[in-house]
Amino acid sequence: MTTTIEPPELIEPEQPGGPAGHGPDSHGHESEHAEHGPSGLLKWLTSTDHKVIGKSYMITSLVTFFISGAMALVIRAQLSNPTSSLVNFQTYNELFTMHGSLMLYLFAGPFAFGGLANYIVPLQVGAPDMAYPRLNALSYWLYLGGTSMMTLGFVVAGGAASFGWVAYAPLSNSINSPGAGTDMWLMSLGLTGFSAIFTGVNLVATIFYLRAPGMTMFRVPIFSWNMLVTGLLILIAFPVLFGAVVMLFCDRHFGTHIYSVQGGGVPVLWQHLFWFFGHPEVYILALPYFGIVTDIIPVFSRKPLFGYRGMVFATLSIAALSTGVWAHHMFTTGVVLLPFFSLLSYLIAVPTGIKFFNWIGTMWGGQLSFQTPMLFSIGFLFAFLMGGVTGVLLASPPVDFMTHDTYFVVAHFHQVLIGTTVFAGFAGFYFWYPKMFGRMLSERLGKIHFWLLFIGFWVTFLPQYVVGLKGMPRRVADYLTSNGWTGLNQLSTVGAMIIGFSFLFFLVNLVTSWRKPVPAGDNPWDGGALEWFTSSPPPHHNFTHLPPIRSERPVWDYNHPEHRKDEGHGEKRHREHEEKVGANS
Amino acid sequence: MVTAVNAFTNPFPTSLPARAPSSTDSSGEQLAPTHRNQWKRLAAGLAIGAPLVLGGCNFYPTYGASRGATTQGQDTFKLYSGMMTTGIIIGGFVGLLILFTVVRYRRNSDAMPKQFHENIPMEIVYTGIPVLVVAFLFLFTVLTENNVDATVANNARISTTGTPVLQVKVTAFQWGWRFDYPNNNVSVSGEVTNGPGGLGPQMVLPVGETVQILLVSNDVIHGFYVRDFNFSRYALPGVENRFDLNIVNPGLYPGQCTQICGLYHSEMLFTVKGVTPSEFRTWTVGQIATGHILGRNPLPSTDVPPPYTHVTPSSALAVPSSKKGSL
Repeated sequence: MTTTIEPPELIEPEQPGGPAGHGPDSHGHESEHAEHGPSGLLKWLTSTDHKVIGKSYMITSLVTFFISGAMALVIRAQLSNPTSSLVNFQTYNELFTMHGSLMLYLFAGPFAFGGLANYIVPLQVGAPDMAYPRLNALSYWLYLGGTSMMTLGFVVAGGAASFGWVAYAPLSNSINSPGAGTDMWLMSLGLTGFSAIFTGVNLVATIFYLRAPGMTMFRVPIFSWNMLVTGLLILIAFPVLFGAVVMLFCDRHFGTHIYSVQGGGVPVLWQHLFWFFGHPEVYILALPYFGIVTDIIPVFSRKPLFGYRGMVFATLSIAALSTGVWAHHMFTTGVVLLPFFSLLSYLIAVPTGIKFFNWIGTMWGGQLSFQTPMLFSIGFLFAFLMGGVTGVLLASPPVDFMTHDTYFVVAHFHQVLIGTTVFAGFAGFYFWYPKMFGRMLSERLGKIHFWLLFIGFWVTFLPQYVVGLKGMPRRVADYLTSNGWTGLNQLSTVGAMIIGFSFLFFLVNLVTSWRKPVPAGDNPWDGGALEWFTSSPPPHHNFTHLPPIRSERPVWDYNHPEHRKDEGHGEKRHREHEEKVGANS
Repeated sequence: MVTAVNAFTNPFPTSLPARAPSSTDSSGEQLAPTHRNQWKRLAAGLAIGAPLVLGGCNFYPTYGASRGATTQGQDTFKLYSGMMTTGIIIGGFVGLLILFTVVRYRRNSDAMPKQFHENIPMEIVYTGIPVLVVAFLFLFTVLTENNVDATVANNARISTTGTPVLQVKVTAFQWGWRFDYPNNNVSVSGEVTNGPGGLGPQMVLPVGETVQILLVSNDVIHGFYVRDFNFSRYALPGVENRFDLNIVNPGLYPGQCTQICGLYHSEMLFTVKGVTPSEFRTWTVGQIATGHILGRNPLPSTDVPPPYTHVTPSSALAVPSSKKGSL
């Protein structure tokens, strides 16, 4: 029985450029590169470093998030009074359209796969950069252009797009939406769609080909696993959206009749194409955030992830099922095969349930500490649980008939999306901020942010379930006093204001960390994945040394060698096999 | 609720093709219990048992929803209520489990916890149980869905009166509704300012009879939604959607467009009024006398863009002048 094991020797990483010699800079050393490149703002603008691009992505997407959140507050203010005239009908329609579009297309996805994943995935797999750094830079600039174009729709004649973020034909045709804002909206989807595709390509290539020596697929941390699957889903879904958008553009300007009845087209075709993109998109938004939480919970429980392989297979089956459930958004069209789409939608509950039990199993028997990232992760568990249970209800066509396009659905998807993108997203932000900037965020302000957000979240969305069941449709600018929806709407508005208020503490926290920096050190949380092995922030090509990789948490193994004896069956088998192979060679 | 009690013996009202009023629904089913019926009873017992415990005297807690003013809506409501109960039990269990774990295992020492990675039998169990749960929910979903979606044949006759099933063609347009009664030569059309109480045009329907709605759209996609019917369906351009309603009790049921359809989406209200069959016949005669005749209500043209003006909610209630000719 060995009681202590000496820390294993460090291994030299491959030269920058990755194991296979592809890469940004395979002819030069990192130090040289850092010295000879441009400096200051020009360096930032011309950089192909995944860390710089990741930070640019995060800043842009957070600005988008705050703009879009401000729109949500105007929407809530309008609805606090049945006949409010805060904004007129046209502006109201533009506001909810842009709120949804900015949040879904331009915050939730890019923040995860352009921001956090761009920064963290190469670090987690031990790579010096993304596989295609210039493509990565192109992806960011397309994203910035697309985001600006969509937002600028507000200043053109006719205003921004005003048909909801789903742009159902024929409301989005040139007769019903003649303004230039609609075209800018479509162009923006084209640009940001390609941006997403490029990032998807990059993620898949990086995770498949640039893993450090010893990192088998079943030793890739779950966040990176989920980003791999997200990348594959992007490659499936976004080209379909692009095709649909191009056809809509042709309908609007070149006289085609793909979505118009008058010319023999089919309006519902748009819904099929859109949701064939749109439902995988939901998981493109959700899987990265599941990955974040799956990485955070073990660290703050001081335990390995429970059911690593189950988690991987659950992610893969969610991704597979997500391509076959699109028409559950179309149950009330009357033109889809209800039982098929209902059954597949129900089945998604199974892998999602596995994830829940694995998260609980990870915490079970652990030593849980509740720093801000863990608090946000637990907030995510509760928010996503509620959103998930109501989602199972909506998988049933009759229940969908009674709640479709009402605030019940609005409450459901906000609980899912805020649960993932905001609770889990900010969990990730608080978790990796010390790594990205080398300084800590204030725990006190972070906890105030969490609790206000958590309270505001429930106060906002629980009343929306009720008001939806009382018959309030979504996307209405006003309603009748006699409907009896006023009190619940006012409660919801108060909750939204609390959510808005909570983000002031987040901003103060950021400012404080810049004015009075608290150094973070390399590994402030005792994390286990490779990103915690390098310095904070990491050097230009990320690593000077790597620990031996024998599990999905090599840094933890390195720091706690006495506990490696408890490794799981799979890992043990792997290690024994490798030791045997090593001894023979 | 009478219908709720009946669910013990007849959990899946099988009122196809022509529905009788639900109060007489179950008597025929009770006569010859087969093996199939026993299984149905067992399933119904399971479905009802849980709400019984939670809801006390009530078999189906409403959880904020309407109990349904049509037989279809009542079926949907029972499914909703049962699923909510299941959801509360499962969601509550998982939520409490998370809460328990978080409280029980909060850090109390620097000791390193046991580093276990997996428990395969446990993982198989918590994969298998959700599969069974969703299979169970899917079964009830399909049975209810078949009921809600069932439509009688064209020109079918109501068994009690021998008259043809009433068909109403509902045409949604920006931003109002037209209700055509081809059997009665009546047509009612209007926007939000028309109809009693500023609630939009009114569709009058007889209670206790099967009414078949043929739903179409004149321009963009609209949503036909009546909260008390627990039902909505898109009005699609170029597609005729067909569904049946069996209103149970006389009353006024407000409805509204639920699918964003442009500027005045929130003003696209209508009401459904359930009246007795004799009142309905009187009403049709009155409508014809006042000129609400089939073919006299042209729909707005869709060739030109709808008027684009910035409006405030108060002025939105005024109908745009270009539309007045169509009313």
